[in-house]
Amino acid sequence: MREIPADKITEIVKGLFIAANLELEEDVVKSIEDCRAVEDSPIASHVLDKILENAQVAKEESLPLCQDTGLALLFVELGQDVHVTGSDFHGAIEEGVRRAYANGYLRKSICDPLTRLNTGDNTPAVIHTEIVPGDKIRIIAMPKGGGSENMSGATMLVPAAGEEGIKNYVIEMVKKAGPNPCPPIIVGVGIGGDLEKAVILSKKALLRKAGERNPRDPRLARMEEELLAVINALGIGPQGYGGRTTALAVHMEMMPCHIASFPVAVNIQCHVARHKEAVI
Amino acid sequence: MSKTIELTTPLTDEVLSGLKAGDAVLISGDVYTARDAAHRRMVEALDRGEALPVDLKGKVIFYAAPTPAPPGKVIGSIGPTTSYRMDPFTKRLLDLGLKGMIGKGKRAPEIMEALKAHRAVYFGAIGGIAALMSRCITKVEPIAYADLGPEAIVKLTLNKLPVVVIGDTRGGNLYESLP
Repeated sequence: MREIPADKITEIVKGLFIAANLELEEDVVKSIEDCRAVEDSPIASHVLDKILENAQVAKEESLPLCQDTGLALLFVELGQDVHVTGSDFHGAIEEGVRRAYANGYLRKSICDPLTRLNTGDNTPAVIHTEIVPGDKIRIIAMPKGGGSENMSGATMLVPAAGEEGIKNYVIEMVKKAGPNPCPPIIVGVGIGGDLEKAVILSKKALLRKAGERNPRDPRLARMEEELLAVINALGIGPQGYGGRTTALAVHMEMMPCHIASFPVAVNIQCHVARHKEAVI
Repeated sequence: MSKTIELTTPLTDEVLSGLKAGDAVLISGDVYTARDAAHRRMVEALDRGEALPVDLKGKVIFYAAPTPAPPGKVIGSIGPTTSYRMDPFTKRLLDLGLKGMIGKGKRAPEIMEALKAHRAVYFGAIGGIAALMSRCITKVEPIAYADLGPEAIVKLTLNKLPVVVIGDTRGGNLYESLP
């Protein structure tokens, strides 16, 4: 049994949310640069140039990349041989979120659904915890913007819908979203499990390095390529002003489902695709 | 992209009627932030017959809620939020003489139609370049609804904020004119 003090978790979570909000990961920058190289429309090129310039300015001036510094979403893998000491595990994470958003000058964007009054400290966070073998804790912090989350959804297809059913739903969602989720987007797709598992898979798919094909299932890797081509042929373009780059990538994850079911979820991520991880 | 037009608020009917969907514009002068919760609160005030904390006649609203200003800066990061969520409230504000809105994304057909009747313009700013955009803000003055936190109404003084005309006073709609 390895002991890990709760305040260590708090400090790590705080650091992750601040860093994620100020610094775009190298793979996302590279993916935007690659798209910029093939854009020929002046306005699309202009928007992509500004996105790249913004990433530089954010880093240099320690300002958030986007004013929407997100709902605090976390994926945690908790080793079964870890004993958290000094405070409760989820409480330690919430405190890390609180400190990140206060000390990091990040926007507090969480409110009561009905009164719409702000909770004031960006909590509660949404925390997905998995118990795994080992004596480490892996924490992935993902500040998720509201605009792209609003364009996401899930459906329960009939099994007969097959691959075409998945593709049609993904394309319909991207079309319906249009300029709203701040394209170029990354499209996360979750297939199988049950309703909520499909949604979680679609969000986990966004954690992969931008443009990396599914490493485990060649069927998904193929569909990712095919869908990306169709989506970029829609012509929505950066910020919806037209162009070749509507999506930077399509990432799909899948697991078996009930014989009666065929759940499919689409989680849309804006071009400010932020996540940072740490292993304690 | 066509030639860039430089405008300073307040925007007159004459200036607005000269704009067309697709025009690149740099906006300077004062605008007011207001997004979801502030819109709801303003319309609730109107329903009770109360005056708004800002006289919207001739004004421009920026659908935005910035990050807190770090020490030494006027403002944190700032950029547009998606506009369609303000659609249920927008006609009420246009009736009061609101002349411009800065946001991003598509709006309901009746809002695009209402722009014509009210001779108002819907501008789009680029989303997700908020560190860069913060350089266009030279002054911030709190106005109302401080309890809404980031959604409070503040007066921003802009210096050449880059926007594109999405909806013009003649029914033009940039998103519909795209291939």
